[in-house]
Amino acid sequence: MHLALFIIFGVFCVAGALNLLLQRHPINSALSLIVVMSSLAVLYLLLGAEFLAAAQVIVYSGAIMVLFTFVIMLLNAGKEERTHGSRLAYIAGFPGAAALLGILTFVFLSRGGDFGQARLGEYIVTTSDLSRVLFRDLLLPFEVTSVLILIAILGAVALARKEH
Amino acid sequence: METGLLAFLLINLAKVIVVVVIMLMAVAYTVLLERKLVGRIQNRWGPSRVGPFGLLQPLVDGAKLFLKEDLMPAAVERPLYILAPIIALSCALISIAVVPFGADIRWKGVDLFQISDINIGLLIILGVTSIGVYGIALSGWSSNNKYSLLGSLRASAQVISYELALGLSLIGVVMRAGSLRLRDIVGVQATHGLLSWNFFGGFQFVAFFIYLMAAYAETNRAPFDLPEAESELTAGYHTEYSSMKFAMFFMAEYANMITVGCVATLLFFGGPTSPFGHLFDHVLTGTAAQAVLPIFWFVLKVFFFLFLYIWVRGTLPRFRYDQLMGFGWKFLVPVAIANIVVTGLWMGLRLPVQ
Repeated sequence: MHLALFIIFGVFCVAGALNLLLQRHPINSALSLIVVMSSLAVLYLLLGAEFLAAAQVIVYSGAIMVLFTFVIMLLNAGKEERTHGSRLAYIAGFPGAAALLGILTFVFLSRGGDFGQARLGEYIVTTSDLSRVLFRDLLLPFEVTSVLILIAILGAVALARKEH
Repeated sequence: METGLLAFLLINLAKVIVVVVIMLMAVAYTVLLERKLVGRIQNRWGPSRVGPFGLLQPLVDGAKLFLKEDLMPAAVERPLYILAPIIALSCALISIAVVPFGADIRWKGVDLFQISDINIGLLIILGVTSIGVYGIALSGWSSNNKYSLLGSLRASAQVISYELALGLSLIGVVMRAGSLRLRDIVGVQATHGLLSWNFFGGFQFVAFFIYLMAAYAETNRAPFDLPEAESELTAGYHTEYSSMKFAMFFMAEYANMITVGCVATLLFFGGPTSPFGHLFDHVLTGTAAQAVLPIFWFVLKVFFFLFLYIWVRGTLPRFRYDQLMGFGWKFLVPVAIANIVVTGLWMGLRLPVQ
């Protein structure tokens, strides 16, 4: 059951990502990205990360992608023109992607045992467990991320402010 | 698991079918209720010709919408135009699946009065409603009509803005219950009847009013119905839709209202528990009474919220757009954050010193 769901949603995820690149209209690409995000949420769910899966749907598929589609609709973006792509992409891109894939495959196959296992069944269920992870075990990364987001917000406000 | 897989599947399938049928009937009769009540508020009768007191009006409306010609404008973006009402209606119907509408009574190991009991039930409802926005956004864009596009732009902006306040307002409740599972949240409020409801005993009334206002905005109902403001945008995002596709948007709107009523009942008004607590438990001791009474209380509370929806619609004028945004960001969000801080302090002070 787990394996079947993993394969189905893995295929959805990859197909969505490919479709995102191949579609010529921005809104279709944005919709493909929603499919990718939602399939990722299902994969998180299969790993037992219920909260993360729900947060993925609410934040990414729900809020952020609505903003994307909002901007596309507001600017009324038309179809993209197909170009031949830059020469650099052909020279560096394909070998680079192949090399990255090769390295990742090599590492996963040879050192797979060192990564630690996601144990199914030990889910973070209660909100107190969740808060313990967020506000005690991972407090520093959590706070640093909040400061990062705050800086981004201040930057956006500074850029959008009208000069008087 | 004491039952076979087949029996489990059959019982669950039956449960899903029953709930969907009841939900659709409830949607049809909420429309009638709205027309009757708004009629009385405006000093007229409302539908009164079909059946006694107009009670068969929903059937006639349904037949009319089925038999109407399904127009498809020439310049629409065809796949998205068809997909949009499907997204809207299916998302509206899915979220009812995690709502517990009765006592925790099991038959052959299957919970009879809830389709699925999920640990993160509350988040599932939030997630599904946030996906439902795409129905409105895509319908407006794919219709290739300026009024539709303006309507869906307004809807997207409004829903994103108010989702924040809505999510923040629920955190106080989650903090009190210590769980995101809806049955646990109800269980916390079940001990002393209405004194232990989150609204009264839990001092979450601020959160409740924030939730209510944000939810009205999320469901695009008056006074936040700018996406379909008929005086400015013809009919907003569903201007180009006709026949059953229009009916699907219509049903989605009312199904969302019912879901909001259910969630408000569960989170702030004790869900299916009795307002009298266990005072009258010795009077009605039969199993049937124990099973039926919680459903009665639940339906009564949800009905109250539907009534409130219609009452507000009949009473309040529509917001202006800048007022809407200012209200959401400058009033609701700060108050919701303040509510979290106060709830946290209160809970921290009540904790025993370790």
